[in-house]
Amino acid sequence: MSAFKELLKTDRRFLIGFFIIVTVIILAFMSFFSPYKPDERHVLPKDQSPSLQHPLGTSSLGQDIFWLLTFAIKNSLIIGLLAVFFSRIGAIAIGLLSGYIGGNTDKVLTTLADSFIVLPRLPILILLSFAFRSNLNFLTMAFLLAFLDWAWPSKRYRSQILSLKEMEFTTTAIFSGRRTLGVILKEHIPFLIPYIMADFISGFLWAIGMEITLSVLGLSNLDTPTIGTMIYWANYYQAMLKGTWWWIGPPVIALIITVIGFYLLSVSIGNFLDPRTRIQRIGGWRTE
Amino acid sequence: MENLLKYIIPRIFQCMIVIFVGVTIVFIVPRLTPMDPVQSIISRVTALVDTDPRAVEKLVETLTDLYGLRGSLLEQYLRFWKHLLSGDLGPSLTMFPASVVDIIKISLPWTIGLMTISTIIAWLLGIILGTLAGYFSNKRWSQILGTVVMCIYPIPYYIIALILVLLFAYLLPIFPLMGGASIGLKPSFSWSFITSLLKHGFLPAISLVIGTIGWIFMSQRALISRLVASDFIVFAETASLPRKKILSYLIRNSMLPQITDLALSLGGIFSGAIITEQVFSYPGIGVVLYSAILQGDFNLMMGISIFSIIGIATAALVLDLIYPLLDPRIRYK
Repeated sequence: MSAFKELLKTDRRFLIGFFIIVTVIILAFMSFFSPYKPDERHVLPKDQSPSLQHPLGTSSLGQDIFWLLTFAIKNSLIIGLLAVFFSRIGAIAIGLLSGYIGGNTDKVLTTLADSFIVLPRLPILILLSFAFRSNLNFLTMAFLLAFLDWAWPSKRYRSQILSLKEMEFTTTAIFSGRRTLGVILKEHIPFLIPYIMADFISGFLWAIGMEITLSVLGLSNLDTPTIGTMIYWANYYQAMLKGTWWWIGPPVIALIITVIGFYLLSVSIGNFLDPRTRIQRIGGWRTE
Repeated sequence: MENLLKYIIPRIFQCMIVIFVGVTIVFIVPRLTPMDPVQSIISRVTALVDTDPRAVEKLVETLTDLYGLRGSLLEQYLRFWKHLLSGDLGPSLTMFPASVVDIIKISLPWTIGLMTISTIIAWLLGIILGTLAGYFSNKRWSQILGTVVMCIYPIPYYIIALILVLLFAYLLPIFPLMGGASIGLKPSFSWSFITSLLKHGFLPAISLVIGTIGWIFMSQRALISRLVASDFIVFAETASLPRKKILSYLIRNSMLPQITDLALSLGGIFSGAIITEQVFSYPGIGVVLYSAILQGDFNLMMGISIFSIIGIATAALVLDLIYPLLDPRIRYK
């Protein structure tokens, strides 16, 4: 808790990032108090520009854009977080196994990861989501995304472990009688945490980006409001050409702000947990 | 020499295993889906004309045979490898009787031209700007540049492309709205064809550059800002070496991960830029792949994916082989 207070006081990036993420989460929670249901259409006059009654106007489908946006943010956050959760659990498990056990296990796992890296991800994602369009919900979508995004991070975790194993303090810890599990938990994990946080953010961004790509191509469940499907429908009714900027603008801006918030948080927490000297001792975190 | 061979041969072998596993995954995935290309063609045919059920049965049989879908999964798989090794990717299911190889031959040059140029431009610009911004991180312009890139980076690529189309093809019609070159022009080295090519390629290329530069810029800046604190740079500063020299040290020391990124993204070109080509109606391989997926054209889908897999795996192999040349710290061990 004291670390949190210190960060708030000393790091402007943390302050801004924290403020943004809190706002985004509040917006997401507001969806529970929405006067409209997420799938309700044609309940309001169409194409109204922003007013007191409808702070972000209404869409060509007769929806209130502000309340729709709260649902979209909530759903997109859920998909992104679930996807990053699954893919990173897989990546960390495989990376650690292959880094610590080594030998044949390492060879098999590395080859498997390499084979996933060379796969053309977007086409496979399009194929799978097209084929399973009808039963695509948050969970299956997150699994699909995770299935295609564990390979690179697992290789990076493996190389982190390999360089940590070579560090002097590892040898010191082993000679002073720490058990293997103790070395892993007490000595190595603290080094990995900032790395994991940065990696979580990039995985989250990838997942959200893919969700938007799929939605824009019309391949996700278009009745569930997400940032991607909002963009899809706005485009479908040619919001940019018709000048209904209050329909296409909010999802894009919400996305940009969310990403920036997470980015700032990750940079500042990473810096805080990981003083430069420590990074330099393990030789930079992009050692491939 | 012996060391060199010991380094190279296992890597070539590993590359082949990776291609093998990758191709196998691409073979299995579409077959796990509930899509049935034969049925979809049959339903398209029979929707228009009343046909004799026996003729339909015959048609199903012929199509199943033609598309290599006969027999168990294992039999299909073995036959698939036999054809593949003789360079035969089979006929396209939807653009019959054109063969997959022919379709790829027509559309791939467009994609390669567009994406190689835009990838290299984005990479060079990203490296240069990222290095400067990382080195002069206290200057005002560097902070402004950083903020601008940070705001552009998360914009979904699709939106960037749409905004460009809207601005420069619709509101200010400077650039053509769609296609790879003016209709009716034959590919040649004539002046009119090349200008038309450049004009049509400009917007897609710019959108790709904007879409990819953010990540390169930010990762380069992060690499540089870590390097700036390292001993050899501090020493170089203290010895007041010329700026140019220090910058070139910084760039050389940050090159390794960046070259990896560049090579892998060049290797990934073969599956095309689906969204770009879709938005700008560019006649590249991405559009072909996208429509192949939607129509259940397994052969075409696999053909393009195999090209892409081989492209990335080869790029990774080449990287492994040239690393020791790029970085004297890595030697063939």
